[in-house]
Amino acid sequence: MDTTMAATEMNIAAAGRVPAPKAIISVSDVVVGFGERVILDHLSLDVMRGEILGFVGGSGAGKSVLMRTIVGLVPKREGRITVLDVDLDAATDEERRAIERRWGVLFQHGALFSSLTVLQNVQFPMREYLDISPRLRDEIAMAKLEMVGLKADVGDKYPAELSGGMTKRVALARALALDPDILFLDEPTSGLDPIGAGDFDELIATLQRTLGLTVFMVTHDLDSLHTVCDRIAVLADGKVIAAGPMSVMLASEHPWLKAYFRGKRSRAGRASQETGRPGAAS
Amino acid sequence: MVSGCDMAVELSTDSELMFKYDGTIWRRSRLPSGRARIRICTRGVFVSGGPELKSAVDGERLVLAAVGPWTAAHSDALERTIDETVATPAAARKVEIDMSGIDRLDTFGAWLLERLRRTLASDGREAVLVGVSDDRRGLIEDLQKVNLEPAESNSHLLGLNWLAAIGATMAEVTRSFLLLAQMLGEVSHAGVRALIRPGSFRLTSTVHHLDRVGWRAVPIILLITFLIGAIIAQQGIFHFRRFGAEVYVVDMVGVLVLREIGVLIVCIMVAGRSGSAYTAELGAMKMREEIDALRTMGFDPVEVLILPRIVAIVIAVPILTFLGSMAALYGGGLVCWLYGGMNPDIFLSRLKESISLNHFVVGMVKAPFMAMMIGIVACVEGLQVKGSADSLGSQTTASVVKSIFLVIVLDGFFAIFFASMGK
Ligand SMILES: Nc1ncnc2c1ncn2[C@@H]1O[C@H](COP(=O)(O)OP(=O)(O)OP(=O)(O)O)[C@@H](O)[C@H]1O
Ligand SMILES: [Mg+2]
Repeated sequence: MDTTMAATEMNIAAAGRVPAPKAIISVSDVVVGFGERVILDHLSLDVMRGEILGFVGGSGAGKSVLMRTIVGLVPKREGRITVLDVDLDAATDEERRAIERRWGVLFQHGALFSSLTVLQNVQFPMREYLDISPRLRDEIAMAKLEMVGLKADVGDKYPAELSGGMTKRVALARALALDPDILFLDEPTSGLDPIGAGDFDELIATLQRTLGLTVFMVTHDLDSLHTVCDRIAVLADGKVIAAGPMSVMLASEHPWLKAYFRGKRSRAGRASQETGRPGAAS
Repeated sequence: MVSGCDMAVELSTDSELMFKYDGTIWRRSRLPSGRARIRICTRGVFVSGGPELKSAVDGERLVLAAVGPWTAAHSDALERTIDETVATPAAARKVEIDMSGIDRLDTFGAWLLERLRRTLASDGREAVLVGVSDDRRGLIEDLQKVNLEPAESNSHLLGLNWLAAIGATMAEVTRSFLLLAQMLGEVSHAGVRALIRPGSFRLTSTVHHLDRVGWRAVPIILLITFLIGAIIAQQGIFHFRRFGAEVYVVDMVGVLVLREIGVLIVCIMVAGRSGSAYTAELGAMKMREEIDALRTMGFDPVEVLILPRIVAIVIAVPILTFLGSMAALYGGGLVCWLYGGMNPDIFLSRLKESISLNHFVVGMVKAPFMAMMIGIVACVEGLQVKGSADSLGSQTTASVVKSIFLVIVLDGFFAIFFASMGK
């Protein structure tokens, strides 16, 4: 058995498999603008295989725009984006489809199909891409809905009948429908209560461990950044001004980073306020 | 050839090469010209049978060893294997499902294992999952918590469905008439308020809609009515010529156009062109909660959105009817002259004799009522839009169909009314 496995490796190596770099998504020198306004200005960013990357930045900084550029919804003026070692500009339709099947996207506003029920929304990508029995499809869709914290009876509802947080969860279930390798999340925990947001973080961490998921997560939720993100990238003025684990962010002296991670609403900020206010605890 | 090879793929190409194998894309951008050779050799398990569930009896226990890739791509085969395994009678009460041989697992495979465990358990056997690695435990535990409630089947009382459908349709028809009446009331109320307090009337908005419904519709209305007038005249001349009654074509064109065709064609055009637009606009606003936002700010949507639209359509349609009728008469006259050889002077004097002001008035009086009908139907349908794109589409269709139907019904009532008035 060992010899045959070795043969596999050898032959494929001989055939010229691109040596797997660690970056699963690689964005280099990308410029994106609308009309006169340049939103992303020669931005470069690598997302490593198997990591959860938190992407932060001020409102309107261009986080959603970068996410939409990577998945090909917004055209870029310059630069190169490779996903799973495939240059998306040079990719054939076939390659693109193969890649699209391997990522899941959660849009900031859910983007559920309004004329399908919740269950049908989750089943939609399965129906298109997988050849599985209706029974299994139903069961998996229900399982995904329950895993994201929804009750079974939500399945028959239409998107217009959902609350904001429920919409987010259904959108996540749909993004997870095909067990993607890469998950793009645009503010997944906004609109969730703190308990729900915590469960959500836990689910993402479980899936990352089990399925080896890579997660690109735009978020403003400092708790998510603390608990699940392996690395954080910060967007300002159209560029990534800092990237690294939380400890690096906390240690940084950049004024914006300081205000963001050590401001009044951050853990560090709250902790120092409490200790700085004697008698407040008693 | 490597010994022990189960499968070999040979590719000969000098173009882009890409192939997918076991969920991974392997590629090289350009092979050297000539023959390139790629061989893929795997353990038999991948190629010959995909994933497997091997059962072995070990004393009191039955051990089911899951092997290979348990992923979505193999789920059909897996489901079959599982069904067979469950159906196979076995004496052993205790069942161990060994996961350690699985080389790739996703939610689909994990759920199938969980389903297997539950099926065995519901048979009264004691089933446990063993060989669960730490990184898979989280997923397995999550899946043990889901799908506990049996999916309820929503079976209806067959046979009586058609009865229910008839009832629902009747209720729907009644409801839509009530809604029309209600909207008529609300619009009249808003109109009266606007008369009392002219300041509350949205003049800018009305002018904007008048531009869209009236001014921009002029070219297409002129063209269509001109063609219709010409066609009526041509047909009239062609058939009346046999009786030598060509001169009566002028009577026919005049009466038909002024009393009926002018206003009907204009109304149908406006219903298709502007009624549908009203419904779609209001429907989209409803979907994005814009109407609710207006309401919470203390504005009356009828006053802000609907009254200007209805006023605009009620002003526009009579004007368009007048223009359309003139274009149709012009078209008729032109055909009489060029095709029927009737001098324009004769056409005009004949027209003057054959039609009275009555005919013109009858046509024009109908126009604002029909316009009102189109506007109200369009607005009612727009506000009926629910959250889905589907309902926006079906409501827009309903708006056009209903308003054209009601315009024709209204025309019938007017015909009876004017006949009894002796006009
Ligand atoms: N389709 C578009 N046309 C024109 N400008 C756009 C478009 N989409 C986004 N923008 C602009 O790009 C900028 C970045 O928008 P983006 O949605 O990426 O912000 P963001 O960083 O995601 O903010 P938030 O945290 O509020 O979601 C904004 O100034 C926005 O006005
Ligand atoms: Mg955004």
